[in-house]
Amino acid sequence: MPILVFVESAEGKIKKTSLEAIAYAHAMGGPVTAIALGTVEQSELEALGKYGAQKVLHASDEKLNQGLIQVYSTVLEKALEDENADILVLANSSLGTPVAARVAARLGASLASNVVELPDTTAGFSVKRSIYTGKAFAHVELSKPKKVIGIRKNAAEIKEVGSPVQITPYTASLNESDFATKITSSEQATGEILLPEANIVVSGGRGMKGPEHWSMLEELAKTLHAATGCSKPVSDMGWRPHHEHVGQTGVKVAPQLYIAIGISGAIQHLAGVNSSKYIVVINKDPDAPFFKAADYGIVGDAFEIIPKLTEAIKAAK
Amino acid sequence: MKILVCITHVPDTTSKINFTDNNTKFDTNGVQFIIGPYDDYALARAIELKESLSATVTVLNVGLQDTEPTLRKALAIGADDAIRVNAEPVDSFFIATQIAEHAKTVGYDLILMGRESIDYNSGVVHAIVGEMLGMPSISPVMKLDVKGNTAKLAREIEGGKEYLEVTLPFVAGCQEPIAEWKIPNMRGIMAARTKPLQVVDATAVDSGVKLRKFELPPPKGSVKMISADNVAELVNLLKNEAKIL
Ligand SMILES: Cc1cc2nc3c(=O)[nH]c(=O)nc-3n(C[C@H](O)[C@H](O)[C@H](O)COP(=O)(O)OP(=O)(O)OC[C@H]3O[C@@H](n4cnc5c(N)ncnc54)[C@H](O)[C@@H]3O)c2cc1C
Ligand SMILES: Nc1ncnc2c1ncn2[C@@H]1O[C@H](COP(=O)(O)O)[C@@H](O)[C@H]1O
Repeated sequence: MPILVFVESAEGKIKKTSLEAIAYAHAMGGPVTAIALGTVEQSELEALGKYGAQKVLHASDEKLNQGLIQVYSTVLEKALEDENADILVLANSSLGTPVAARVAARLGASLASNVVELPDTTAGFSVKRSIYTGKAFAHVELSKPKKVIGIRKNAAEIKEVGSPVQITPYTASLNESDFATKITSSEQATGEILLPEANIVVSGGRGMKGPEHWSMLEELAKTLHAATGCSKPVSDMGWRPHHEHVGQTGVKVAPQLYIAIGISGAIQHLAGVNSSKYIVVINKDPDAPFFKAADYGIVGDAFEIIPKLTEAIKAAK
Repeated sequence: MKILVCITHVPDTTSKINFTDNNTKFDTNGVQFIIGPYDDYALARAIELKESLSATVTVLNVGLQDTEPTLRKALAIGADDAIRVNAEPVDSFFIATQIAEHAKTVGYDLILMGRESIDYNSGVVHAIVGEMLGMPSISPVMKLDVKGNTAKLAREIEGGKEYLEVTLPFVAGCQEPIAEWKIPNMRGIMAARTKPLQVVDATAVDSGVKLRKFELPPPKGSVKMISADNVAELVNLLKNEAKIL
């Protein structure tokens, strides 16, 4: 029986986290059917075959260009039925997570979000999910035949395992009443590497002293192809936009590398970064608590170290 | 206008997390419990709306008796009455069923929750409740204004914001900066003692998610310190040891 994977796109391109969802379903044993909604570049869709999709459904209806939660839930519920699929896999996101929940509720399926590893199917079917804001994990059994799994970044490794596939056009079932909620406008950073998707994050705290100093941090981020993040006081004071705020009450990141500059390492900040593979801390205070959570640390003044680090990285390339 | 706010009773954000009984039970030893921080935002916004729209605010928790001080705190902050659905909150679908069953009996105009609980972090209960009640669910909501029968909201999305318009009733999962957390004052604390707190039985649910065990992450190895004069060494380690660059 196929596993259905909902893939999200932004500006016509498939999100990297959705490629991880394909890799996850492929590693579960597939066969994988991917479904994309709204306008997406054809070459992007065909390429899904390389990452493990055997079949790619595309509902290109322009009405699907806005990510309306109820609309998407209706389409996916029907697609699961049409494809005779019992399992839906998707990447957790501001759209994916609520859609997963509503589809699961409709189907009476077992639901798990923030899943960090492939399922354990040695006895039954259990998944490991992140809980207590990254401070612990829970192994939970998903006992219903129908399952909806939302994965967290890095739950599976993207690999080239196949070749491009032909796209199967899909007619989405639309329900007028699902459109009652209206998205009137949106504002979104374009051309930037988004925080939840980034492999490397460069993050600044109150130690950066003011928004005018962010250009050096952005320069470092650019050199590393990294996204920029910040601590809560930094977004509270309006130095940086709210969507860059990392931690307990902000974005939880799971990059390969998190570089924290002028951030003290309060437990609420650590809660958002403790799933990072490597952590580098730059702080002028040798007793800053963040060093205890770090892999590499430098004690020193951010304003001296950032430019030097940027240069050293350029030189090493 | 009737507003329901669903609150969790969760370990304070500075808590160390431990488990007992062979990693099957949360260790409450030395842990201080609070209203979930996101739920606290939802409650704060509900109290503001109560004042501007002359609404009533009911708080609800699905939990055992030990969560009552947390409900009392919500009453002290300004909610009018409290409901405790007497059951261990075992999984999201179970919790959502309890909330939806209660909501059906009252018919709320607005159901506010936190964007996510800080114990399970599922971020799904509002969406499941929305589905069960046939209402829209919107989360994470950073701004919520209600005028007559419609609401204008701002929702955070990856790298930005989305502005929405929706007709009441609906469910919202809230986060900052929707309102400022409110701290109960003495008068509120006194008043909370006599406000109604009703305990209701749970509805049976055939749950599809069962806990097997908890696990703590492996302890972090010790940090390698690098001299500020030798930034190139950091680049070298990132490249050759961590294999990142
Ligand atoms: C319920 C709750 C939820 C919270 N959620 C979050 C959250 O999601 N995210 C979050 O970040 N915080 C959160 N907080 C706040 C958190 O407790 C801390 O207050 C916050 O993280 C501190 O931010 P900071 O490290 O930038 O600032 P500070 O604690 O002021 O630290 C600044 C650091 O910069 C260093 N520094 C100063 N100058 C320099 C220099 N020239 N070069 C190098 N280093 C320098 C200092 O040594 C210091 O360590 C939350 C708090 C609560 C109560
Ligand atoms: N046991 C509970 N009692 C009442 N409300 C809850 C409970 N668990 C979760 N909620 C609500 O649902 C929101 C989302 O929770 P979750 O889906 O667990 O992340 C929380 O912020 C609360 O508002």
